[in-house]
Amino acid sequence: MFYRDAGALKTTYAQEQAIFPVALDRWAVVILVAAGALVVPLVAGPYWLGSILLPFLILSLAAIGLNILTGYAGQLSLGSGAFMAVGAYAAVNLVIRLPGLPFPVSFALAGLVAGAVGLAFGLLSLRIRGFYVAVATLAAQFFIEWICTHLPWLVLNTPSGVVSTPTLFLFGFGFSSVPSRYLVAFATVVALAFVAKNLIRSSAGRALMAVRDHETAAELTGVDTTRAKLTAFAVSGFYCGVAGALWAFLYLGNVEIEAFSLHRSFQILFMIIIGGLGSILGSFLGAAFIVLLPVAIANAATLFGEALKPDVLANLELMIFGGLIVTFLIIEPNGLARLALKAKERLRRWPLPY
Amino acid sequence: MSDFSFFLEVVVGGLLSGVMYTLVALGFVLIFKASGVFNFAQGAMVLFAALTFVGFLEFGLPMWAAFLLALAAMLALAVAIERTVLRPLVGQDHMILFMATIGLSIFLEGFAQLIWGTRVRGLDLGISDEPVEIGGILVSQFDLSAAVMAAVLVAVLSAFFSYTKVGRALRAVADDTQAAQVAGVPLGFIWAVVWGAAGFIALVAGLVWGARLGVQFALTLVALKALPVMILGGFNSIAGAIVAGLVIGVSEKLAEIYLGPFVGGGIENWFPYALAIAVLLIRPAGLFGAARIARV
Repeated sequence: MFYRDAGALKTTYAQEQAIFPVALDRWAVVILVAAGALVVPLVAGPYWLGSILLPFLILSLAAIGLNILTGYAGQLSLGSGAFMAVGAYAAVNLVIRLPGLPFPVSFALAGLVAGAVGLAFGLLSLRIRGFYVAVATLAAQFFIEWICTHLPWLVLNTPSGVVSTPTLFLFGFGFSSVPSRYLVAFATVVALAFVAKNLIRSSAGRALMAVRDHETAAELTGVDTTRAKLTAFAVSGFYCGVAGALWAFLYLGNVEIEAFSLHRSFQILFMIIIGGLGSILGSFLGAAFIVLLPVAIANAATLFGEALKPDVLANLELMIFGGLIVTFLIIEPNGLARLALKAKERLRRWPLPY
Repeated sequence: MSDFSFFLEVVVGGLLSGVMYTLVALGFVLIFKASGVFNFAQGAMVLFAALTFVGFLEFGLPMWAAFLLALAAMLALAVAIERTVLRPLVGQDHMILFMATIGLSIFLEGFAQLIWGTRVRGLDLGISDEPVEIGGILVSQFDLSAAVMAAVLVAVLSAFFSYTKVGRALRAVADDTQAAQVAGVPLGFIWAVVWGAAGFIALVAGLVWGARLGVQFALTLVALKALPVMILGGFNSIAGAIVAGLVIGVSEKLAEIYLGPFVGGGIENWFPYALAIAVLLIRPAGLFGAARIARV
């Protein structure tokens, strides 16, 4: 009744090409962004803001990056953690070595560095396909981890290998309080999510999907598959790199390789599987799910009190996690985003289904 | 001791550790050959098998009984996986199946440790680790026994694939799943057999690696060692897994000793991958893999 596209007559090309053609969607996004920027920092306590919403936002960004590569372009990657590491190490070097640069510029440059590294490993995908690409990205993961621990120059010659990140300053304002760090992450993620959404709607985005669906057919119909694949690797590297920089500066407060291990790569992969492959919305839903699940399990465990020992709980968590992934794949291989889409379809017909 | 005999010792040591990689890679290859599933859970299965074996040993069972019980557990696991994970996902994209096995591996890691606990256990198979001298070269007895075990295993598997009815059905499924089904091959049964065989290999690998590293969570990482072996040899070739295992074992040891000191050491984590990828760039389907012809 309220959620409809019937009756909304499009009279200009701009309307025809709108990101959210349904008025209600548009308003929902505007309200969500406004609430996230204005209301949430005032209402949410430091625990929710700093320990749940902040990691959720940053990991969503990494998930969008991986989704562009794996969900849209069909190139399975197990190296997103490493690309985050490249971003983080590049950012900390840029910020400390070039203090004159405003930090958004440093972060963008760090993203570009990660994008270039992604591109370099993407070159491998031109020659090899399928699971072999996944293993090549795994090689990227191990190689980058090794580089980051064996080049003292990268960690500014810190003996421990862990660099504390300085507070970020912009126009004399220091981003050290929890709400201010949240707002930096929020602004970055919203901006880059819109860029990603638009990229996917463009011809470049359609080329990615063509490569995913059938590479040979795409090539025969004139899609430049080389360009498409390299674009996917570079863009994905950029997004993961920026996410890595945010993760180090805003969430952890230091740069260390443990934060970007293979475990992180898998975590991000699970986000896009559960959220939905090939969906920007799905990246957010999946990130929310993965960030909230351990919190939910820990809270549920307190109901049992002392009966559950921590190591039992840790193993139960693994089982629930693995079981959920398999269950999700069986019930809805397209993830939470698909469920959201189905709900929208119902809403469209409500209350008079035909 | 001359440089040359040191070199030979490194090579032989590499060959023997390569056999250990081959053991794990075989489990991957077997499942990929028969069902096209890239089974990431093989490492978790190695852990599960080794933990189960040690767990039964701790009940005071003799070694053969523990082995049989652990084998039974692996077969039961194979049937359970076929029922709960593979059957509902028949006909799905390979990528989805791969991700399902990642979920499965996490589940198994939690499950195995929930039952048997998380502490590190030693495992003594009664094979001494004293090096023996063969032709002037020191060789670890244990590694040698592991190599013999692997050779026997490969021989048994090859015979099984070539000469039994189930083995032939299995190859038929690998060749063309639909045609095999039309010819009356029961797909579910075949998959259970394959996963059972992979479980058996996981058990043997778990014993060998467990005796070497101790039975602990790190056994799952053995799977990551087997991946470059697989891509080097080609996903669907048993011979490839063997040759590639040996190549990786030797080159990894040589690189660590002759190249490692120049770049700061610790390169064994990524060197096998780099080597495998270098080969892939020349032969995209691995050394022995069947090249796939893309059709529209």
